[in-house]
Amino acid sequence: MIVERAGRLVRQLVLIAFTLSALLPVYVMLSGSLRTQSDFLNHPLGLPTSPRLNAYHTAINNHFPQWLLNSLILTIASVVITLVFASLAAWGLSRWQFVGRDVLLSLVISLMVIPPVVLVVPLFLLGAELNLIDTRRIVIAIYVGLMMPFSVYMLAAYFRTIPRSLIEAAEIDGATSLQVFLRVVVPLSGAPLITLAVVNALWVWNELLIALVFLQSENSLTLMAGLTGFQSRYNLNIPVVMAGLSIATLPIFALYIFGQRFFMRGLVAGAIKGG
Amino acid sequence: MDGTAVASPGDRGTGAAVRGRSRRPPWQAFLWIAPALAAIGVVYGYSVYRLLIEATHRDGKSVGLGNLRIAIDDPFFRQALGNNLRLLLTLPIIIGIALVVAVLLFEGMRGWRFHRVAVFIPYMLPVTVVGVLFGELLTLHGALNTTLQTLHLNFLVQDWLGNPDWALRSLAGVIIWRELGFGVILFLARLLSLPQNVFDAARVDGAGWFRTHWHVTLPLMRSIIGFYLVIEAITLMSWVFSYVFVMTGGGPGQATQVTETYIYQNAFASDIPWLAAAAATLLLIGVTAVAALFLVVRWGYSRRRAA
Repeated sequence: MIVERAGRLVRQLVLIAFTLSALLPVYVMLSGSLRTQSDFLNHPLGLPTSPRLNAYHTAINNHFPQWLLNSLILTIASVVITLVFASLAAWGLSRWQFVGRDVLLSLVISLMVIPPVVLVVPLFLLGAELNLIDTRRIVIAIYVGLMMPFSVYMLAAYFRTIPRSLIEAAEIDGATSLQVFLRVVVPLSGAPLITLAVVNALWVWNELLIALVFLQSENSLTLMAGLTGFQSRYNLNIPVVMAGLSIATLPIFALYIFGQRFFMRGLVAGAIKGG
Repeated sequence: MDGTAVASPGDRGTGAAVRGRSRRPPWQAFLWIAPALAAIGVVYGYSVYRLLIEATHRDGKSVGLGNLRIAIDDPFFRQALGNNLRLLLTLPIIIGIALVVAVLLFEGMRGWRFHRVAVFIPYMLPVTVVGVLFGELLTLHGALNTTLQTLHLNFLVQDWLGNPDWALRSLAGVIIWRELGFGVILFLARLLSLPQNVFDAARVDGAGWFRTHWHVTLPLMRSIIGFYLVIEAITLMSWVFSYVFVMTGGGPGQATQVTETYIYQNAFASDIPWLAAAAATLLLIGVTAVAALFLVVRWGYSRRRAA
């Protein structure tokens, strides 16, 4: 009995230790952004007893609003285009049976393991030849392409679970395949579509390599690409760097809170199926 | 709006339903697939084709496998590849810790709801944010060393990212810190989907905490652990660019160079695109081999189970 209780106590303490180590760096980021440099350097873990927003002012008076806007435009545009293309393709793949369909689908799925760094050299050469470097168009096109395999895979898997009686009922009523898609399939697929939008939006928002390579002028940077330069420029002003990091993180937290249900379900469903 | 609520179990599968009935010509299906196929075709198809061209040419002349050989012989490339492999050594640590935390959350330790959110927070942060944050915390006069000094642990003070002997280990520590949350959530979901009476049965038989989980939980988790292992192995081989680029840029010297930063630097800093393309081709071959191996193993496993 005593052994069991001691064991339980140890396990509780282990869990608390993990939670602390997960939260402490995040705490340092948030509290550091509200304090003065010297205060932070002397007591990095101290509380922000007299919080100041100066660091946020400095950060915002930089290129931050522009970078934030760039990230938003890229995220929304590429996620919307991906969702439209992927749901059309997923419907095409689940609605019609044709020779090579399953091969095509597994080929698309297998593309998921290819890391973007493999594609970045040829894509850059192509972009330079087409004079598209430092434009949003090419970055959006690349993001759409990179997100497509997972998106098609996920939606195709979902569309197959839609009851056939619903589709047949609509077809007997004379609906064309486009009408079936718009009036039956899409309205039934709210949850997977939102899940996919959240997962993809997080990915685009956080993406660094493509943004770094293809967007070069200061005004076209994304938030993540901007932050990497921000670090060296404000290397000596830690509160400003921490404020920048906090600003970059807030939209993510908002998206997680909004999409928690959907996100967890997507993450777990995809994984369990894969396992 | 539950993801699966609309489909009753006996009523699944438009695919199967349409298979026997529809004789529509496939060109109509092609119309639906075409936009997605075009995007994939340019970003993956054309790129891989062009990559192979660039990797086998130098100054407009074909050199066969010459570029690949130069990349393989380049000590910097070997160092980069070696560092990727060294990062793989963190896999048992990540999986071990994630399993322990998931089990503790599963057993409903006091405040488990709060702990579950807290443990997942690092995984929510963008990698770039994590990199810049730890870049600041781990400098010689950063928060970690200041805290160690306050605690009179001066012997632990270290130039975490600046010391060539420590930089890769520090980097691995940061990667573990962030990636852990994903594993915990996956394993927890799997635990919750297991039939709960097996745990009760083990307890009735008098098995203690450790024995229960070693002999009962672990075997039941094998497939999800395998899945997570592959995902993380692929991440550590070919998706750590943001961590390395932001925290060390591959330095000091070549101490934390990985394949991705090697490709990036050769392509965009040193301006040797053919070498970058050759290294990228080798990485592509490696990743494909790992994925194929995984599929073969799984195929064999499922066949054995079916037999």
